[in-house]
Amino acid sequence: MAVARGPSALPSVPFEAGGQLPELAGVPWRPRATARSLEQRGRIWTLWSLAHTVPFIAVGVFLLALEPWAAPVALAAFAHAWIIPELYAARGVGVVRPKGARHAAPERVAQGLLGDLLGHRERDLQRDTGMALERGSLGVWLVGEAGALLVGPRGRRVHCYCVRVPDRELPPSDRIAHLLLALRTDEVGFATVANHAFAGAPWRIRRRLDRRARPALAAALDAARA
Amino acid sequence: MSRLIRMDSTGHSTLAEWSTGDAVAEEAAVAAFRAQLDRGYIGVVSEGEGQATQVDQLPVAADLVIMRRPIAGG
Repeated sequence: MAVARGPSALPSVPFEAGGQLPELAGVPWRPRATARSLEQRGRIWTLWSLAHTVPFIAVGVFLLALEPWAAPVALAAFAHAWIIPELYAARGVGVVRPKGARHAAPERVAQGLLGDLLGHRERDLQRDTGMALERGSLGVWLVGEAGALLVGPRGRRVHCYCVRVPDRELPPSDRIAHLLLALRTDEVGFATVANHAFAGAPWRIRRRLDRRARPALAAALDAARA
Repeated sequence: MSRLIRMDSTGHSTLAEWSTGDAVAEEAAVAAFRAQLDRGYIGVVSEGEGQATQVDQLPVAADLVIMRRPIAGG
């Protein structure tokens, strides 16, 4: 059989069979992710959100108590308290929005391979929502084309990760398959290599997700709470 | 029949196919695998739901070996 011609050579990545992700060599300064470090990150994001919310609410309440005619200014303060965490959430959820060219013809081929990697229910969910559900030791993952969501234990918090395969020519399902295989190879390494973009309550994430992807989050939450 | 495939812009390309015991086909598959490693690809064997193992030598007993590109934080 003739060997298929392929894209240009990549930088060679030394790796150990069965070991951790070789991509970790690119982020040597990052400590390996753990359930505890994820919990800490989540708490920091909660505190960060509170730090942006509480002062504006306090200012609004204070202004209303001081002078009811200051209501418009108080309303502006309340709006800030609402909008700033929403902007962070929007940025976080943005990592799993479909991006790039759709490559319709190769996508059909790639969809077949990705389907073979997934179980029956996960395959249907991926075709309907564009996200692949994967249970891991850190929680339940939803893998998209250029990012992943991690629903933590008991579904209390969702972490958003920006992670991708840097090749725009790949069809969407191949991008997901790349991330899925890396995740299955070394979940902790995957969570370390990926850039943590946001962590927040599921309701905040759900509001910003595309309607098509929302059933995937609901399924991940169910799996995390089971 | 075992297959070595590479995820690429076509969806995926079959690089080699072999049957256990077919020494010539196995040898060709091993050579194709090594060539992909040299190009920076990573070999992975999917082991069912939730499990995959990266390999630095072609496991000739595996049904399917997939070559993937390295990932990166966005």
